[in-house]
Amino acid sequence: MAEARRAVERPLSPHLQVYSFLINMVMSIMHRATGAALYFGTLLLAAWLVSAAMGQKQYELVSELFAHPLGKVVLFGYSWALIHHMLGGIRHFIWDTGRGFQIWQVNLLSWLTILGSVTLTIVLWAAALGIRGGF
Amino acid sequence: MSQQMSQRTPLAKVRGLGSAKEGTEHFWKQRLTGVSNLILVCFAIWLVVKLAGADYATVKRTLAKPQNAIPLLLLVISGVIHMRLGMQTIIEDYVQSEGRKVTALMLNSFFTMLVGLTCAFAVLKLSFGA
Ligand code: HEM
Repeated sequence: MAEARRAVERPLSPHLQVYSFLINMVMSIMHRATGAALYFGTLLLAAWLVSAAMGQKQYELVSELFAHPLGKVVLFGYSWALIHHMLGGIRHFIWDTGRGFQIWQVNLLSWLTILGSVTLTIVLWAAALGIRGGF
Repeated sequence: MSQQMSQRTPLAKVRGLGSAKEGTEHFWKQRLTGVSNLILVCFAIWLVVKLAGADYATVKRTLAKPQNAIPLLLLVISGVIHMRLGMQTIIEDYVQSEGRKVTALMLNSFFTMLVGLTCAFAVLKLSFGA
């Protein structure tokens, strides 16, 4: 029965170390990393909605946590990850149509993703803070 | 079964080791929910920016409106399916041991269901609750 205990030998994806450093590779890793971060970041959305559903006291407590400098850092990171992953997703959709595979296009899309996500995140925070003086 | 001296064809050897035969479905659902996320996340960002720093009464009133609650519910459903599929891919890529993989996939399903239902319940309570 020793055989039955052997792990099923499905192929695994190649390890990152075998590739040389390229911007599209970094963006690929970032798409996965932001996806995983967003996975757990959904708990922030849950905390916001649940506290609002529970009542004023609970909502104000969560708002205070979010407004704390540390909370702000977490929220900023979450919002950037969301926007970065969203732009990365658009890049994937372009590729899904069979377009954008020239090296220069791949590089351009990669740079647009990172520059776009940073810019958009800062603009949105400026807008949010500008509306009512912040979280 | 000896791997070297086998009379079996290469195809027969990989049968049973291969994919779970749901790859296309997985890929397609990831894209489908990716597109719906794209639209719904933009809506949610707009809503959150608008509500930043608002008082409780305003937040509650805003979230209870159907034109906000329905897209939020859609986002929760779409987001939860998408994140479950995405994490499944990550687990299948990195977790080698069959036992740990099955456990991780189960936890993935439990976690996404729990978070999804909790969020949905909260939105519904804001709309229908006292
Ligand atoms: C905002 C709109 C979003 C778009 C357009 C989008 C798009 C995509 C696409 C196209 C993929 C597949 C990438 C691939 O095949 O390699 C993907 C993967 C993934 N997404 Fe999203 N997504 C969005 C939001 C989210 C959210 C909100 C979460 C989590 C709560 C999330 C979590 C994930 C995860 C965990 C993966 C798997 C990453 C991987 O396999 O490397 N996504 N997303």
